[in-house]
Amino acid sequence: MQLLTKAILVVAALALAACNNPRGGDYDEPTGGMGGIGSTALGDPSDPTSIAYFNQTIGDTVNFTVDSSELSPQAMTILRTQAAWLNRYPDYQILIEGHADERGTREYNVALGARRAARVQQFLMQEGVSAARLRTVSYGKERPIEVCAQQRCWDLNRRAVTVVSR
Amino acid sequence: MTQISRRPVLGLLAGLALAPRAAMAQQPLRIEITEGVIEPVPFAIPDFVPENAAGGEYAASIARVIANNLSSTGLLREIPTSAHIGRIGSFDSPVQFSDWRAISARALITGAVRVNGQQITVKFRLFDVVSGQQLGDGLQLDGSTQAWRRMAHRVSDQVYMRLTGESGYFDSRVVFIAESGPANNRRKQVAIMDQDGENVQYLTDGTALAFAPRFSPTGDRILFTSYETGFPRIYLMDVASRSRRMIGDQPGTMTFAPRFSPDGQSVVYSLSVDGRTDLYLLNVASGQRWQLTQTEAIDTAPSFSPDGQRVVFESDRSGNSQLYTMSLQGGTAYRISQGQGRYSTPVWSPRGDMIAFTKQHNGRFHIGVMRTDGSNERLLTASYLDEGPTWSPNGRVIMFTREEPGANALLMSVDITGRNLRRIPTPGPASDPSWSPLLP
Repeated sequence: MQLLTKAILVVAALALAACNNPRGGDYDEPTGGMGGIGSTALGDPSDPTSIAYFNQTIGDTVNFTVDSSELSPQAMTILRTQAAWLNRYPDYQILIEGHADERGTREYNVALGARRAARVQQFLMQEGVSAARLRTVSYGKERPIEVCAQQRCWDLNRRAVTVVSR
Repeated sequence: MTQISRRPVLGLLAGLALAPRAAMAQQPLRIEITEGVIEPVPFAIPDFVPENAAGGEYAASIARVIANNLSSTGLLREIPTSAHIGRIGSFDSPVQFSDWRAISARALITGAVRVNGQQITVKFRLFDVVSGQQLGDGLQLDGSTQAWRRMAHRVSDQVYMRLTGESGYFDSRVVFIAESGPANNRRKQVAIMDQDGENVQYLTDGTALAFAPRFSPTGDRILFTSYETGFPRIYLMDVASRSRRMIGDQPGTMTFAPRFSPDGQSVVYSLSVDGRTDLYLLNVASGQRWQLTQTEAIDTAPSFSPDGQRVVFESDRSGNSQLYTMSLQGGTAYRISQGQGRYSTPVWSPRGDMIAFTKQHNGRFHIGVMRTDGSNERLLTASYLDEGPTWSPNGRVIMFTREEPGANALLMSVDITGRNLRRIPTPGPASDPSWSPLLP
């Protein structure tokens, strides 16, 4: 049994590495503040109750346009699915990370990330997710997911990530 | 004989290039810090004279630190010691000015150093080679050998003051963020160093992301933002003891962008809650807090005027980031930035007459300065990403962060004239500089 659990964890870790998504920290505990890199069992991505399933199959990320916190129709679709899943599994706590691209100053980007995270939080609450489960944090431009000096990376980095943990 | 003219000598440098030397012999050497200064003034600084054996250890090093400081201003240019003809055998013997005129030096700095146990004594004199006059009196500094660099910085400040009529900035420090690790998971430590990049010490261990450290008006405390709790929070640290505490935190919010008031008793900062970011003022001793702005917009990056009466900050209340000033007594915030583009990170100058800022326009970032009413905007730099200006103690130089595509962040400085763009040496990638006042 112990071995099997380990094997599943390894598979989950590999699946995550493959899609460049090294998240899943438990923010209720101090994680050392290293951008959400903590340790939480993600479970099997084929298990619809797992964090790995939420991150990959439902999608934990929505993106934004320059300087904006408006939710696109695609973003709303993802967030509705997130909300449905979160409402079905009420044991999970939720931290929404707001991020900005590097084309802004540091402090402004922290505030902008906060605005994006708050927008997602508000939407999830409208979709019935309890406020008590939700927290927000902004990383500004400090934790890009892709690093390049091109539009392609900036587009991916302007994002809000819904991080679930038990 | 040694009187320093306080009268502005306009066009002195241009005049010197053209006029016969004899005509200038009556005018003491004086550098006007204006946009007119293009050709740096040549100076010579031989190794200081060791007055005992132990002093010999510092004789060359002190002269080197001073030479580096003065050259870094762009106002002066060192004539290398290898080109010197004259020798300074003793601190008190008369200077043979012909030896220094022969190598075209216009200023000469001589000095001596003596070490007794842990005590170091540094003496120096400054001469106008052309007129053969000493500029100001000789000066002696005493201190601990550990502080030998500071003595060199003090001498540099004296030379700068005697030549320009303005206070210097060399005996000062910079707090900054030392960066390491991959760009998508940067390790960011608060660090401190002398203004010339020496004596780097790390003030946090890097386990928590930290950014934007800021000096107190007396240079003995710093503020910074850290993710130690997992959320951005403001910390106040005593530089000497490294002891620190969180200030201004409020559950369910994020707090960042702190700066001290000029009296060091209050901190102005940003607090984000429900997506809005407002400015708050905190009394450090009592913990009492006042909300300064109340809008749906982002109000951040506040900085006090030197008289403590006003705050300049950035806000996107008009739709994109612009600069505003506001009285601390409350009332309206006035928009001061008028040009195109987005303006952020305003910082009031130590003299109170200017505001430095970051400007983003047409895909480029600039460091610029404007008057406090927003007039006379001048952009000093341009790059892929320049941000976060900080003023030298005398308000003549601005240090900032530069990032080029695919390269690590580094610290740069530029004169407020837009000249003398230089890289500040750091042990590794660095960002978010904050310049201390002159040390006491």
